[in-house]
Amino acid sequence: MFDVEKEYKKLGLKDNEFLKIKEYLGRKPNYLELSIYSVMWSEHCSYKSSRALLKNFKTTGKYVLQGPGENAGILDIGDNQAIVFKMESHNHPSAVEPYQGAATGIGGIIRDIFAMGARPICSLNSLRFGKLYDDEHQKYLFEMVVKGIGDYGNCMGIPTVGGEVYFDDTYKGNCLVNAMSVGIAQKDKLIKSKAFGTGNFLVLIGSSTGRDGIHGATFASDELNEESEERRPSVQVGDPFMEKVVLEVCLELLDKKMILGLQDMGAAGITSSSVEMASKGNVGLDIDVAAVPLREASMVPYEIMISESQERMLALVEPSKLSGVKAVCDKWNINCERIGIVTDNGLYRIFKGKELLGKIPVKTLTDEAPVYHHEYEKPKYIDNTTSFSLTGSDYTDLLKKYSHDEILKKMISSPNICSKKWVWEQYDHMVQTNTALLPGHDSAVIRIKNTDKAIAFSCDGNGRYCYLDPYKGAIIAVAETTRNLACCGAMPIGLTDCLNYGNPEKPGIFWQFKNSIDGIIKACEELDVPVISGNVSFYNESFGKAIYPTPIIGTAGLIANIKNLTGMDFKDEGDRIILLGGSSKENDSENDGIGGSEFLELFFDKVAGRCPDISLEYEKKLDNFCIDLINNGLIKSAHDVSTGGIAVTIAECCLSGKKGAKINIFGEASGLLKYLYNENQSRIVISASKSDLKLIEDKCRRNNLKFKEIGIVGGESLIINNEINIDIIEITELYNGSIERIMSR
Amino acid sequence: MPSGKKPYFGILVFPGTNCEMDCYHVLKNLLKVDCKYIWHKETKDDEINAIVIPGGFSYGDYLRSGAVAKFSPIMSFVRDFAQKGGLVIGICNGFQILLEENLLPGAMLRNNTLKFICKYVNLRVEDTNNPFTSGYKAEEIIKMPIRHNEGNYYIDSKGLKKLKENNQILLKYCDDKGNVNSSTNPNGSIENIAGICNEKRNVFGLMPHPEASSEKILGSDDGLKIFQSILRIGRI
Repeated sequence: MFDVEKEYKKLGLKDNEFLKIKEYLGRKPNYLELSIYSVMWSEHCSYKSSRALLKNFKTTGKYVLQGPGENAGILDIGDNQAIVFKMESHNHPSAVEPYQGAATGIGGIIRDIFAMGARPICSLNSLRFGKLYDDEHQKYLFEMVVKGIGDYGNCMGIPTVGGEVYFDDTYKGNCLVNAMSVGIAQKDKLIKSKAFGTGNFLVLIGSSTGRDGIHGATFASDELNEESEERRPSVQVGDPFMEKVVLEVCLELLDKKMILGLQDMGAAGITSSSVEMASKGNVGLDIDVAAVPLREASMVPYEIMISESQERMLALVEPSKLSGVKAVCDKWNINCERIGIVTDNGLYRIFKGKELLGKIPVKTLTDEAPVYHHEYEKPKYIDNTTSFSLTGSDYTDLLKKYSHDEILKKMISSPNICSKKWVWEQYDHMVQTNTALLPGHDSAVIRIKNTDKAIAFSCDGNGRYCYLDPYKGAIIAVAETTRNLACCGAMPIGLTDCLNYGNPEKPGIFWQFKNSIDGIIKACEELDVPVISGNVSFYNESFGKAIYPTPIIGTAGLIANIKNLTGMDFKDEGDRIILLGGSSKENDSENDGIGGSEFLELFFDKVAGRCPDISLEYEKKLDNFCIDLINNGLIKSAHDVSTGGIAVTIAECCLSGKKGAKINIFGEASGLLKYLYNENQSRIVISASKSDLKLIEDKCRRNNLKFKEIGIVGGESLIINNEINIDIIEITELYNGSIERIMSR
Repeated sequence: MPSGKKPYFGILVFPGTNCEMDCYHVLKNLLKVDCKYIWHKETKDDEINAIVIPGGFSYGDYLRSGAVAKFSPIMSFVRDFAQKGGLVIGICNGFQILLEENLLPGAMLRNNTLKFICKYVNLRVEDTNNPFTSGYKAEEIIKMPIRHNEGNYYIDSKGLKKLKENNQILLKYCDDKGNVNSSTNPNGSIENIAGICNEKRNVFGLMPHPEASSEKILGSDDGLKIFQSILRIGRI
């Protein structure tokens, strides 16, 4: 029916790849086999462009039970408990069909978590869109993505507790939807995905298989263009209710010890899930497409094999347990069909009843898939952007146009800085009753019932920094998460990453990718945080233009005793405000912390300059110091200085605590702007009782950390020098209502 | 609850229910009360003497919130149980199910914001002469979270009049001073109604989540008194 010689390119395979397939099989593949190769060798499933580099990550550490390679990574948090997490992208589907794209992205990552035997306890997400102002399409994407995430997670009863959203026109044609999910499990109930035991069954649990999402993995491995709109049918449709049922069924099966292995069906559906199980167990598999429950009877074998219908799981079951598994599925009224059997011949064979339709050596689909070492070259734009910096007259001219008050008000109203309340109020962030810190703080904090412990999570990534300097930008992304955790008293124990880039076949893009990988490796080593899972998303381009390189880091931290939990809110009148940390190079005109800053973009419409410097050694010292202060109950609030600089940080402490502050900073009028809005790294604003001040200062000295008392909590306004004086109520309204105002315009 | 019997809560579980463990935690771990889950396919239970219908998305809330759950086998038991005077509390989706089942009057519309709302709200206790809110002071202002798509309670004017005459309105949305008006109404609910009971005062439905506001660490422990009231006045 199909001439494979003509079809392989349409399926996204390259000439050399087609030759290799013929070599592996010793013959021409048939269309079914070709489809299977095309999805398994897609960038999305095979990581063929990134695998060689990702190998260099630090993936071990004292908390690590499972590093990359499984459905999700696992960390030991003591008391026979483990947390399981991973982050994944669903960018392309969300760009063409934002509601279902985002929803199924959430569904997919949640399945990865319970595939390990864990109950999902929270989700976070990192989103990127073009600027919202006067762009109805961006508003539509933003609105529908948030709704998609909310509807799915809310129905599942999994709280969405944190994350971040940024708006920059680099994401206009290719939004980013990165979702992270976290689960908790008894250590002795964890399960893996490998298939083993000749004669054991593969059992499909969950939804029937339909024609949705056919070639989704291939779609995800291509740039977006005019024809992308036609790929809408490649986007799957989510059913969170079904997934909730599948979740409960899987956990019940695990509890009753009825299954030996579990794998989620994500990209490339039955094919990739079963092949991965076989490959990990070094076994063969016979799959019977006739046994798969279908939504449309007319589906042909290749469609059944690569459909990405959602809410399906594949379980490894001993023959004697099959009836027990069926009984649990019956109780919940969902499908449960034996679709495969483990063999010892190392072959992946597809049958329709007794008829053999295809035969492929398992390892040629996985370990022996192509690996690419793409060429890389520093892109030309870097030299231009690096040499840019603001001049003294730029600052004085700005002050002629706006007062200091107006500048700060504009900053806190910027969608990149203001409260994301509009977003998180659409997410159920309280179900499961473990959310110890409501959204809006530096980290999300989840208490562990019946213990004193809590775990904290922070997601971060700054595309602008990575565009200016992918190596430093990636380091900062990691450091920002550990600093966020430190502000809540949490010690970082492991991270997941979602790496979003353009087309890796372009040398400039691959240079960005390679350099940011090197940055993450460096940061993980120095900050002693292993990578335990992750995801790479390439081809984030629209009409030939790539997004800023955007690695998103999601880090988990452990809080030993939740009674010390600290937020960013100022607590009591008269408390002293202190700036901890900061580099010694603050007055360096070359590296003034303005490069890549929100201030520069907002008032000068530029993404340029030098990415801020960072010393990881200093960062680690600062983070540990902050955790130590919190553990000793010495500070009342902590908030890290990040996007927007210190004025924004202080404003946030004020409005979340409903307290004013009086700040005194030395500097001239124009120097003040640079001081208030630079984004230099490794700084935390804390507040403490006056009586603890001396002790904190002494400790700082001993640790060689900078300590600067900058103000006092109190009053109804935020006052900075004699230049800024804004009522807290006004600040709060601007900050909390900004996105809602834009969205309802 | 029948007198002389120890309190024993049955927490109903439908496919899609997702707050059952949160209710269990409050009853079992915080209040040290016996409780158990009751699967929706059960037809009766002789042990329990109070029923909690927890929140969630029973049957995905497809068709209409709570509309499918009412056909579950357990619901005829719930009906009998309520008719005999047994205490039933429905939280969020549980409230919606009680409305669909006609154990409580009125209906639930989509939030007038057209969005899911998850946030802490202030509530004014309108009545304390019932088994569910007797632990509060009259007109006490309490804080609980709402988390719903469809909490826009509606009842016709005749029904509303009856609710008022019988003091069946137990909770209203307000601000932190107790002001009840349109600016303190999060979802468009008629007269800011957040919770009502039936005429016999043994069935209570509310949109806010008391189980999610029963510990200080979660932002409020005001919800705990709902469960304590049931235990205190529950004729135990």
